[in-house]
Amino acid sequence: MLIYQHSRSGRRATAQAPLQTADLSAIPKRFRRQQRAELPEVSEMQAVRHYTRLSQQNFSIDTQFYPLGSCTMKYNPRGCNSLAMLPEFLARHPEAPADHSQGFMACLYELQEILKEVTGMQAVSLSPAAGAQGEFAGVAMIRAYHDARGDKARSEILVPDAAHGTNPASAVMCGYRVRETPSGADGDVDIEALRRLVGPQTAGIMLTNPSTLGVFDRNIEAIATLMHEAGGLLYYDGANLNAILGKVRPGDMGFDVIHVNLHKTFATPHGGGGPGAGPVGVSERLQPYLPVPMVAREGEHYHWLTEESCPESIGRLSTFAGNAGVLLRAYIYARMLGGEGMERVAEYATLNANYMLKRLTDAGFDAAYPERRATHEFILTLQRQAKELGVNTMDFAKRLLDYGFHAPTTYFPLQVPECLLIEPTETESREELDGFIEALCRIKQEAEEHPEQVTGAPYNLPVKRLDDVRAARELDLVWRPDNN
Amino acid sequence: MSDIPNELRYCRTHEWVSSAEDGVVTVGITDHAQDQLGDLVFVELPEIGDPFEAEAECAVIESVKAASDIYCPVAGEITEVNEALMDSPELVNDDPYGDGWLFRIAITDEADLDSLLDADGYQEVLDA
Amino acid sequence: MPFIPHTEEDLREMLAAIGVPDIEALFDEIPATLRCGKLIRLPQAISEMEVTGLMSARARQDGAPVCFVGAGAYDHHIPAAVWQLASRGEFYTAYTPYQAEASQGTLQVLYEFQSMMAALTGMEVSNASLYDGATALAEAVLMAVRANRKSRSRRILVPRTLHPAYRRVVQAMVGKQNIELVELPFDPAGGHTDPAALAAFEGQDITALVIPQPNYFGVLEEVDLLTDWAHANKTLAIAVVNPVALALLHPPGSWGEEGADISCGEGQPLGAPLSSGGPYLGFICCRQKLVRQMPGRIVGRTRDLDGKIGYTLTLQAREQHIRRSKATSNICTNQGLMATAATIHLALLGSEGLERVAAACHANARSLVQKLTALEGVEPLFNRPTFHEQVLCLPVPADDVLRQLSAQDLLGGLNLSRDYPELGNAILVCATEKRTELEMDDFQRKLRAILTC
Repeated sequence: MLIYQHSRSGRRATAQAPLQTADLSAIPKRFRRQQRAELPEVSEMQAVRHYTRLSQQNFSIDTQFYPLGSCTMKYNPRGCNSLAMLPEFLARHPEAPADHSQGFMACLYELQEILKEVTGMQAVSLSPAAGAQGEFAGVAMIRAYHDARGDKARSEILVPDAAHGTNPASAVMCGYRVRETPSGADGDVDIEALRRLVGPQTAGIMLTNPSTLGVFDRNIEAIATLMHEAGGLLYYDGANLNAILGKVRPGDMGFDVIHVNLHKTFATPHGGGGPGAGPVGVSERLQPYLPVPMVAREGEHYHWLTEESCPESIGRLSTFAGNAGVLLRAYIYARMLGGEGMERVAEYATLNANYMLKRLTDAGFDAAYPERRATHEFILTLQRQAKELGVNTMDFAKRLLDYGFHAPTTYFPLQVPECLLIEPTETESREELDGFIEALCRIKQEAEEHPEQVTGAPYNLPVKRLDDVRAARELDLVWRPDNN
Repeated sequence: MSDIPNELRYCRTHEWVSSAEDGVVTVGITDHAQDQLGDLVFVELPEIGDPFEAEAECAVIESVKAASDIYCPVAGEITEVNEALMDSPELVNDDPYGDGWLFRIAITDEADLDSLLDADGYQEVLDA
Repeated sequence: MPFIPHTEEDLREMLAAIGVPDIEALFDEIPATLRCGKLIRLPQAISEMEVTGLMSARARQDGAPVCFVGAGAYDHHIPAAVWQLASRGEFYTAYTPYQAEASQGTLQVLYEFQSMMAALTGMEVSNASLYDGATALAEAVLMAVRANRKSRSRRILVPRTLHPAYRRVVQAMVGKQNIELVELPFDPAGGHTDPAALAAFEGQDITALVIPQPNYFGVLEEVDLLTDWAHANKTLAIAVVNPVALALLHPPGSWGEEGADISCGEGQPLGAPLSSGGPYLGFICCRQKLVRQMPGRIVGRTRDLDGKIGYTLTLQAREQHIRRSKATSNICTNQGLMATAATIHLALLGSEGLERVAAACHANARSLVQKLTALEGVEPLFNRPTFHEQVLCLPVPADDVLRQLSAQDLLGGLNLSRDYPELGNAILVCATEKRTELEMDDFQRKLRAILTC
């Protein structure tokens, strides 16, 4: 039931609104709204019940194992949340002057320093609001760098076929043409194919390492050399940073610019689709182009770096300073982890993934890259089950929901047929992993004995399988009184 | 096995082309292509009068899980588009060689048709 | 080990199952030359108790001055239920609803959000959020360039009365795609965009016209005339609106003869705390026929196998994960939790409650301006109707005055000299429904003391 369907004309829940209606005579009638907007009229208790019940129709990290590959759905510590929501932080206006901001700015400055250290980059800007905006910022800096050198012939960005769709989309927003580079049979970038694509037209390459194929690209040094010799720059998509935190740093691998997804690696909540934060880090030669604002320190005093102090900056990417509340949560998390805690993140994320991979392949599932080590995630391909049993990856995914597990990422990366990309994260216990493994094995058995039991799933959720063809053909995006 | 009528010409990118009548050909997508895409939910067609080079992107077809560009099989100018697809994109799934046609185009050079595949040639593409 | 549950025994058994001697062996595919040493420059780990002490001290250090600054971020009351509900783990720790059947809560909330935003703006459809108001406008500009097929110029008219940060963000985000932003001057007496100024562009190929309501100065623009000019000139009209103001003001869907084509803006006034500028909430609404040009997630209502109503992400073929380099935008993660908060906020207030909030803001701002302009030398700069912000001219440099007020725990407005040097000692002041008579009297007293000393 929609909140609108609880609505009754004249019902009020406006304890929260001012009591008096005020004098509006200073606003001439031609500017005024003629008819009230169609918003629900419900009591406070009705609203509370309605949204509480809706929340109960969600899977979440707090309620279920959520091994969504490449999304790093780790536990979101509650201390980070409550401290970022201290009343003074919530009430701070973005234009508050520096003398009312030193505490907040100290947190941001220290977070910049922490990210520099864990990524091995020279400078950091925290302002991008999510990973995709970090990518945009990174590619825009690559372009600013070439432009500043008068190197206008570079019109292409290379993107591996396994990359997130955001990579090519971000490159296009920066005015580049995208060329896809293929992955080899072992999951690493096909370096011979890459060699043929690189040239004076190449502005740079966007790489995720470990890649979304769940393997660490062993040729990364050769790729970096190849690109740099051709005058191109390397962009690091930090989606999988969790796998290598404290083990190897993008800066040491030869990357010129990176973004970090704080809502993944730094445990800030995903919020049902956001907010995230996608800070960018750069090597020395890209430093002048970092997006504003940033925080600088002079003695014990913090101040903002803005357009005036950074004239070569690619500019501003949000009205104020990005998703500040997310930055505070990430800062608090980093402080609770410290250096040693960060290394443990990569270690136990990798342990969990390799444990699951081993047990699942022992149980008869096919790994997409059986000769490779798992990183913090790995891919199973259900091509055999799809062909032999007529039960595909989506069916397995939906049936997992019945067993109380959120499904892994399905059908991504695109070049692995019938793929399940599984990322357990370090915060899951062995019992939880065992439960998931057991469920997948039981579903495989169901698929062999009663395939319709799997293809008809889910059964135990608020709705059965949804008709997404109907959703796209008969668009119904907005409730109206005549559209109940 | 998908249906590949003998009287049509084909592209490697899975478009079909009818033989020319008064210099105009009809273009659609093959049975194989519609099957791979699954249930279509939207077709974005060119506008009448739009000129295209051969192999230029001229339309987009969308299913729930994919969007595919349609490449113009021959150079020419659009003379007619299948308006029925606006409300019923499923026609492409139901009848790809009939009611599910996409557009008609006046060919600049009819010799272009000779460079397209025949039914056997297209079958080989699918078998490869 | 904070947040890692493994016991010694777990570790031993898991390593044995994998068949490796230690965790280090799992990293054997990383070339040894690349391995980093200890992250020595990171601070030592501290406990939750210690970090609580640290953060509390830093929060206290910043204090909570009384806020008369708006300028794109507004200090509204947020009903207690909003964040108690939005902070429930099931909303807070879920992700993008890729598995629709296991995400009906988030999906239905977003469908309700889309419905409420469409109702407020008077538009046909809405998406499920963008990052913030400025990026929403940048996306609206890109959308207009795709949608306006009659225009080839990629020229966008942007009034100088638009928020300066929005203008910078739009430039940064669309400037690399050969899109030209052309600035429109404002009327020095009214502080608005004079529709007559558009005559200079009559008959030219202009892709879109941006129309802020209210504008950065708090002034109401002649939106009907501007929208009609755009349409007569085959130009798309992009509205940038404050959603609280829309409780009182003419919604963009019915501006002029045909209504705006795209409406976007900052949703922060709907349930998001000031929080240093983010996370906020970008929204974008449009005509139905432009929906396939829309960026970002969109939720649709459909049926399940049994014919029961359910919700799912739809029109995904526009998006980066399917369309890649040809997607309508690169956006993936959006501001879902802020959209959830906004939906609950609007459900609690209803249209009458929102109208009372807007009316109280308007009345407070008028009252504030009256009190401040009663002081010698303090003058309103513009003579046209405003919503809840206004530009005042001070008899002395603004920076100095604002610094002295800030030292007395009062943020007395925003100095406009950085972005509008031509306005002299001008400040932009705002009063929301939260500001009391007492606080406004206090502002007057403090300002008087500063000006007379």
